[in-house]
Amino acid sequence: MKSVQRILAVVRKEVRQLRRDRLTFGMIVGIPVIQLLMFGYAINMDVRNLDAAVADLSSTSASRQVVMDMAHTQIINVIRQVDSADELEHLMRQGRISVGIYIPPDFDRRLQQADRSAMQLLVDGSDTVVQGAAAQLAQVTQQSRTSPYNDRPPVMELRTYYNPERRSPVNTVPGLIGVILTMTMILFTAVAIVRERERGNLELLITTPVRTPELMLAKITPYVFIGLIQVSLVLLLGQFLFKVPMAGSLLDTYIITLVFIVANLALGLLISTLVHTQFQAMQLSFFVLLPSILLSGFMFPFAGMPRPAQIIAEALPLTHFIRLIRGVMLRGASLQELSGELLILCGFIVALMALAILRFSKRLD
Amino acid sequence: MTELAIRAQKLDKWFGKVHAVRSLDLEVPRSRIYGFLGPNGSGKTTAIRMLCGLLTPSGGDIDVLGYPIPEEAEALRLKVGYMTQKFSLFGDLTVDENLQFMADIYTLDRKLKAQRIGLVIERYGLGKLVKQRAGTLSGGQKQRLALAASTLHDPELLFLDEPTSAVDPENRRSFWEALFDLVAEGTTILVSTHYMDEAERCHALAILDEGTLVAEGSPEELQQGIDASIVLVESDQPRRVGKMLEQQPFVHSSAQVGNVLRVMVASDLESPEKAVAEAITNQGLHLDYSRVAKPALEDVFVAATRAKKGKA
Ligand SMILES: Nc1ncnc2c1ncn2[C@@H]1O[C@H](COP(=O)(O)OP(=O)(O)OP(=O)(O)O)[C@@H](O)[C@H]1O
Ligand SMILES: [Mg+2]
Repeated sequence: MKSVQRILAVVRKEVRQLRRDRLTFGMIVGIPVIQLLMFGYAINMDVRNLDAAVADLSSTSASRQVVMDMAHTQIINVIRQVDSADELEHLMRQGRISVGIYIPPDFDRRLQQADRSAMQLLVDGSDTVVQGAAAQLAQVTQQSRTSPYNDRPPVMELRTYYNPERRSPVNTVPGLIGVILTMTMILFTAVAIVRERERGNLELLITTPVRTPELMLAKITPYVFIGLIQVSLVLLLGQFLFKVPMAGSLLDTYIITLVFIVANLALGLLISTLVHTQFQAMQLSFFVLLPSILLSGFMFPFAGMPRPAQIIAEALPLTHFIRLIRGVMLRGASLQELSGELLILCGFIVALMALAILRFSKRLD
Repeated sequence: MTELAIRAQKLDKWFGKVHAVRSLDLEVPRSRIYGFLGPNGSGKTTAIRMLCGLLTPSGGDIDVLGYPIPEEAEALRLKVGYMTQKFSLFGDLTVDENLQFMADIYTLDRKLKAQRIGLVIERYGLGKLVKQRAGTLSGGQKQRLALAASTLHDPELLFLDEPTSAVDPENRRSFWEALFDLVAEGTTILVSTHYMDEAERCHALAILDEGTLVAEGSPEELQQGIDASIVLVESDQPRRVGKMLEQQPFVHSSAQVGNVLRVMVASDLESPEKAVAEAITNQGLHLDYSRVAKPALEDVFVAATRAKKGKA
């Protein structure tokens, strides 16, 4: 009973301080929103909708078909029709288009001459991503050449499971929940104890009857709710802006996220007990964050990574969370099917909390 | 129950190669104000931290209110209050919120909590400040708040580490009045200070220098037991006279107060004032008068810290 009273006292204090800490408060909402928009729009790793202009000087059914095929890939988005190659170059220099398609007047004849190129693709080479996209487009034209006169439909067919439109936000958003939580949750608690140490509050706190586990529990409780708020924000925005599907149950999503939040908070607390300044706490947090982003499967497929990287990845909570959240949100898996990964996350919590409590002594030395 | 609140024997503390507290023996009786007097870095804070169980001693035994420390430090928490040298309440909480938090963490029940908070606000003159953020208080106001917070749970023993370093003289008087009120209620207080006037108010004092206890006793005992004599000297050239006197083998130290020199000399001289006068006139310097004075606590402090260096 007294224990509960003391925990509540610390929780109340933390919430009051949090409400007055504008920077942290801003981070709670700011980081999820900015990250979601960044990953959803800007860092769109599948190239889509490059602005393009077409100069079709032959204007035959075959040339129109080639342009349509290319537009169908959604790699380009034809915004202008122009009359000469010069105009294309001009638009590209101005930066108004990334891709220019030049089809010469004798296009149909050139198609049949295997030694001459039938058309030209002008590409803004200053962007390597666009260059890569051009290679894909070139394939489309190649297919046109093998089927002159267009008596057969183009053979290009691309099929992707779970994300037939190859929209990357669908894959990114569930993982992004994990990245955002890793970023904010670890950082919040990593500075939580060192900050009090730096400000001198700790010397007072440890002379009070509050016990270490009580203090640790009270320190993470407010952030559990903050984490859940962040998740809701990302889910809502993801649904609203990118139509991210929710194949599994919403409750399951919250359950695995809750477990993951607590695991990260515990990791943050452990960091806080290992360092002496807030700056060190941040450094150490980034030391965890970077491999989490790179190795967890969020950025690159886990299966393609070398063995040592996979071993490191297994030791990161985010790796397990990404498997869980993609399972629930994209594949509609149930918690029973994913229980192994969930148990591993629970194991992280127990181990990290125990270590943090052991590391934190109510002493100054 | 023992009548001693604190007993420490051969207390030692090393920080790497720094010997911060050296073989300190301490006996603090209950319901008394016991002072730690010592220059910067003499180990006052370190000693207090060890006595509250915040630092693990490198050696020695501690018994506080019957609990062996640091082993049973946790059991001691409810019975002691500790006011840290550096302000350690929460700057982003108001005075009232800080007091609420401290009352809650000591799990005072609702009625007692309201009563105690009302009492300390009244006693330490915090009435007008309750809604102000603690971080924006003046230095003296912060110290009054810190004292209020450390006495909320009515501790048997109170550790105060330089509690009045930022308090003005008038508030310092009322601060000490409040301390004597606490003592009258049975509280034992261990207070560290740099101020002689505060040291003089203590029932007993320990003078620390470089981690060593160099003198101990009540202020009167210390003044009587001083191993030196004090001579007051007035001259029209106090700086030159002072410098010259410090060269003399029988002179321990000399300090200028206005135009008067306060000279500390060896206690074994038959007539200290004559010895000083002779030294001055022998050098052909002017002398208005020289006479013996009663040693003050400051002299005790200077003599004690000097004696230790002499031995070293
Ligand atoms: N955590 C620490 N690590 C290393 N050295 C320390 C530590 N704490 C104190 N010291 C050293 O121990 C000695 C005693 O310090 P302490 O703070 O106890 O002095 P003090 O008497 O309280 O001084 P002040 O009057 O300035 O507060 C000093 O030399 C100090 O540098
Ligand atoms: Mg000190």
